[in-house]
Amino acid sequence: MTITETTDDTTTGNGVLGQRLLRKEDPVLLTGEAVFTNDMKVPGALYLAVLRSPYAHAKIVSVDLSEALAIDGVHSAYAGADLAETWASPMPCAWPVTDDMKNPAHYPLAVGKACYAGDGVAAVLAETETIAHDALEAINVDYDPLEPVLDLEDSLADRHVIHDELGTNSSYTWPLLIEENEGDVDKAFAEAAFTVSERYVQQRLIPMAMEPRAVVAVPQPFGGDMTLYSSTQVPHILKVMTALTLGIPEQQMRVVCPAVGGGFGSKLNVYAEELLCVTLARRLSVPVRWNEERSENAQATTHGRGQIQYVELAADANGTLTAMRVRLVGDMGAYLQLVTPGVPLLGAFLYAGVYDLPKAFDFSCTSVFTNMTPTDAYRGAGRPEATYAIEHAMDALAREVGLDPMELRRRNFIPVDKYPYEAYTGLVYDSGDHEKAAGVASGLIDYDGLRARQAEQNGSGATKRLGIGVSTYFEMCGLAPSRVLASLNYSAGGWESATVRVLPTSKVQVVTGTAPHGQGHETAWSMIAAEKFGIDPADVDVLHSDTAIAPLGLDTYGSRSLQVGGVAFGMACDKVIDKARQIAAHQLEASADDLEFHGGVFSVAGSADKEMPLAAIAFEAFTAHNLPDDLEPNLEAQVTYDPPNFSWPFGTHMCAVEIDTETGEVEILQYVAVDDCGVKVNPLIVEGQVHGGVIQGVAQALWEEARYDEDGNLQSSTLAEYLVPAASDVPPITLGESVTPSPTNELGVKGVGEAGTIGAAPCVMNAVVDALSGLGVHDIQMPASPLNVWNAIQAASNNQETNQ
Amino acid sequence: MPRSGAHDVPRPQTRPIENQPGDPVDVTITINGTQHTYDVEPRTLLVHYIREHAGLTGTNIGCDTSSCGACSIHLDGEAVKSCTVLAVQADGQEVRTIEGMADADGTLHPMQQAFMENHGLQCGYCTPGRVRAATSLLEENADPSEAEVRIGLEGNLCRCTGYHNIVKSVLAAASN
Repeated sequence: MTITETTDDTTTGNGVLGQRLLRKEDPVLLTGEAVFTNDMKVPGALYLAVLRSPYAHAKIVSVDLSEALAIDGVHSAYAGADLAETWASPMPCAWPVTDDMKNPAHYPLAVGKACYAGDGVAAVLAETETIAHDALEAINVDYDPLEPVLDLEDSLADRHVIHDELGTNSSYTWPLLIEENEGDVDKAFAEAAFTVSERYVQQRLIPMAMEPRAVVAVPQPFGGDMTLYSSTQVPHILKVMTALTLGIPEQQMRVVCPAVGGGFGSKLNVYAEELLCVTLARRLSVPVRWNEERSENAQATTHGRGQIQYVELAADANGTLTAMRVRLVGDMGAYLQLVTPGVPLLGAFLYAGVYDLPKAFDFSCTSVFTNMTPTDAYRGAGRPEATYAIEHAMDALAREVGLDPMELRRRNFIPVDKYPYEAYTGLVYDSGDHEKAAGVASGLIDYDGLRARQAEQNGSGATKRLGIGVSTYFEMCGLAPSRVLASLNYSAGGWESATVRVLPTSKVQVVTGTAPHGQGHETAWSMIAAEKFGIDPADVDVLHSDTAIAPLGLDTYGSRSLQVGGVAFGMACDKVIDKARQIAAHQLEASADDLEFHGGVFSVAGSADKEMPLAAIAFEAFTAHNLPDDLEPNLEAQVTYDPPNFSWPFGTHMCAVEIDTETGEVEILQYVAVDDCGVKVNPLIVEGQVHGGVIQGVAQALWEEARYDEDGNLQSSTLAEYLVPAASDVPPITLGESVTPSPTNELGVKGVGEAGTIGAAPCVMNAVVDALSGLGVHDIQMPASPLNVWNAIQAASNNQETNQ
Repeated sequence: MPRSGAHDVPRPQTRPIENQPGDPVDVTITINGTQHTYDVEPRTLLVHYIREHAGLTGTNIGCDTSSCGACSIHLDGEAVKSCTVLAVQADGQEVRTIEGMADADGTLHPMQQAFMENHGLQCGYCTPGRVRAATSLLEENADPSEAEVRIGLEGNLCRCTGYHNIVKSVLAAASN
């Protein structure tokens, strides 16, 4: 197999937008010059190490620090109770999804009770990292183990309650019933020609960004300022939350992200170690730092997914969807982290996928505590789960109706002429062309040819069975219109901020509130500035991820940065151009309305000699010698933009798999992704996002799972056990082209960061089941490991023998 | 503690003959052409020697089980994961890290250039080790197939790229 590129290289014109510009970020990363948080040299810093509970559920009877304190080089040690006075409030959860949501008090070190294996119980500060870790082994904790709650449905039954003060393991129930007329859902199911009723399990996943977390807190003992360096996606949110949790005046708190080695949602949080470093640095007036080990990362950084989904579809004789019921049980883990409870609900609006569902939707989610690592956002956050449910159920429905899965989808697609489309939820989808994306994907993979080959190959007794998988999806991103977030009880807004300065030498400085950690914003934002100002992208510098330099922002997650932060930035560029126009008009003695701006030069229509380049205007704005009355000096503009809508990228993935029925091994033969994210600022970056997203989705389908034993010990806490795929495990990916601009923003852009992951897991699992359905296999639990596949084949075979 | 600094001064071996277990030992390693000597604990891993003693932080640490390959360097010309080697085992040997690849004038090594041109990195955390490993791969097999590149790099995990553009980068470097 060769690596093929099928992308169309047509650009948006002669401009920079749409070009495959190489990334500005790369030279420092390729040469080791980039400074990640744990690369920082901080003289005098003490190293923090955290002792973690080996029990999933245990009373902490006593903590004896004396032996640890006796070790040479140990500075101090703390049990949870020693720091209890330090916290102005418990660790934050910013998404109280219902008014009566139950949220146990959660502190950086547990007091009285440990609620998951990995819960922090004590902390040590030492002169070196090695001594700090040695000292952990000298801390003696007396635990009284309790029975752990590990199964979601068992947790729901409240056989053992984890947080006594709550009286129940259920955190909240969030219903969403949408009907044109009361009883529509029940009626549709009663009258349906076809129904399917499915149960799916979204296994727990571990995000495993390649850079583990790292923290450095640097106090200013006499001035009172505190600088927190952290490997985080959310410096702005972290600044506010650290100030609130520790009672630090916000104006004295600064958060900086040095280079950040990936996040995938796992660094969208406020973590115990960040608060411990800050509070100890403040108390002791010395810098305090912490580097996460990989096995700690697996235990103490949030997990993703973790849901049981009950999905029912009703369809008429034609296969057209008439109603849908969804019941979820969400696994919160031991505590609510920053947005834990909101994750399942973010998917609530996507359960009907790209289909024209009438107002007959009955959804409810109950989320429970378990004695496992807290869950939170992981690439897609709620939307991969929802997409998996509808797409996997659509295949089940196709088998029920007796239709090709692609044909069933076509019958249900939202037609292109219905856009902008008001969905059953009341949300308005901005633009889409599902037939086109599906058509491109079908052509690239030769769908009909594969079906013919499958009919030939999967004969009786075949041990290498071919399966074909399809998924069609929306991404729903661009978090988010602040008013929509308010209606969901989210505690913050969804705006983004940008500042643009044209410097006296005509170079451009951009300040963005987004916080990139691998996505390439510096390159993309430079391209937008270059397009707007008619300059070279090399003349633009993009500043970010430091709350002292970029004080306004809401950071990077949920595929929001370009279509919120980038759009804000484009608007700021326009404001600068408007101001420059006034200066040009003044100096050229022309009417501002008569000025054209092209290629970085203002000119008066029809007067070839009357022109003024932006570079000259920048210097005039700086000297301020000859500006119009009432115009402030300097060329600078700031915009804060609240998006009017989510954006709705969409697409089709298709794959072909071959399954060895004797070993259960699944091999992906071909993978095609057509992701339509609107206008592409830089196709090179877009492709990279899709590639990476697809493989993370494929990994959920085939390999990855946070496995716990019956005592609640994480069995996959290293990269030797948790199967992040290697290059040799995965196929090349063929990308197809489809560009449907978003009408809701001036750049026409949508998001792309999570789309690959959203489309991929159902695509692969549909192929796996498609390969084996002829053997009587109805479904397979993710991951479709050789063992799970082989067991499913054996079970189906035993069933058929029993039935004969 | 650094005993001698960062210059190419040949020095005699001064390792104490009667060393107690756990006592610091002198370890001399030439990194990117510069000789370093530090007194280190015997349990010090080569990656910690490089990062903490020599102060070269381009080599990253991504795991504690020798699974991820982020810390790959060249030891006497061969790619190794520097977390699998004790510093004392590398005594007297030559190490090349990512910092030793590009020319002083800013010209990238052809492998670095290929990764840049093919968007073979996103967050960049696995990149230094991977570029080192890929260079070694091509030294052993100048014209690898796509499958050989994938197998050759299976010890270096990446969470961002899905490997597609990494494989393209290495194939491009091989064809140049």
